[in-house]
Amino acid sequence: MSIVALATEGSYQTPGVQDFWQPLIGDGAFAITRASVVILLSVALLSWALLAGTKKLTVVPGKGQAATEVTYGFVRNEIGRDIIGSRDFLRFVPFLFTLFVLILLNNLFSITPIIMFPSMGRIGFPAALTLVVFVVYHWIGIQKHGFVGYFKSIVPAGLPIGLIPYIFILELITDLFTRPVTLALRLFGNMFAGHMLLVLLVGGGEYMISHGAFGIKIAGGGSLVMGFVMTVFEILVQVLQAYIFTLLAALYIAGAVADEH
Amino acid sequence: MSGNIAILGYGLSAIGPGIGIGLIFAAYINGVARQPEARGMLQPIAFLGFALAEALAIFGLALAFVFRS
Repeated sequence: MSIVALATEGSYQTPGVQDFWQPLIGDGAFAITRASVVILLSVALLSWALLAGTKKLTVVPGKGQAATEVTYGFVRNEIGRDIIGSRDFLRFVPFLFTLFVLILLNNLFSITPIIMFPSMGRIGFPAALTLVVFVVYHWIGIQKHGFVGYFKSIVPAGLPIGLIPYIFILELITDLFTRPVTLALRLFGNMFAGHMLLVLLVGGGEYMISHGAFGIKIAGGGSLVMGFVMTVFEILVQVLQAYIFTLLAALYIAGAVADEH
Repeated sequence: MSGNIAILGYGLSAIGPGIGIGLIFAAYINGVARQPEARGMLQPIAFLGFALAEALAIFGLALAFVFRS
């Protein structure tokens, strides 16, 4: 639809990568951008919410305590215990819970009025989270199996001897390269694409209504309605991505602590 | 009308994951319909498959912007 506006007016700026670089103070590598303000805000809000939710613990929980307990219980049981296994999942639950709530809140901020910015739409933030996950699951694996034993354990047992080198190289590429890259890019790509779609639908619709002829104004109204529908759909994607990131982190940790790979 | 051919690459890279995700959720729905009590066990598997299939489309999206220049 925005192509129509582009053809008739020629001055509409389609949203792109440049919309995600919004420095507030300074410029270059050490600038304080809108994304860093959003993530600092999310950390402050989470600290406050979690402290307030667990300060006065009662047997019959209040609203804040109930919400905290449900979220924690979900991460602990559905992700931690089911994926890592009941033997050694408890060590990792705080880590998984931190990942889940941080990503979830940052994703939901991208459709919260006034804030309206997905900090995970800048590759630096998912990359930093992925780096932590990467170090954790390799560290756990090396701690459990020993350095040589860990690299031995990535090859499944019972292979014919001629196949072992090939499978080893494949598994090594998967462990060291494919897993972290896909983990970071999946979160980044979903947030980036989702936010850009909303900017396109709402911004393009607004432009069509304010600049177009009568028919184009109607198309612009349709674009705004689509923007609303996609906003609702984005909530689903955001919750799902937070869940999937945590699920995959738990799965990689489970692979590292498993006895038999 | 002007544009960049790299965006077509994203379109192409979305075909395979689209079909794949459809198959994964079809199997998941089938499984839950036949055996509703297996839902808890099937759900992480379905979302895991979904995430792995989706990664290819996300690569396409990222590369569309990388090669846009």
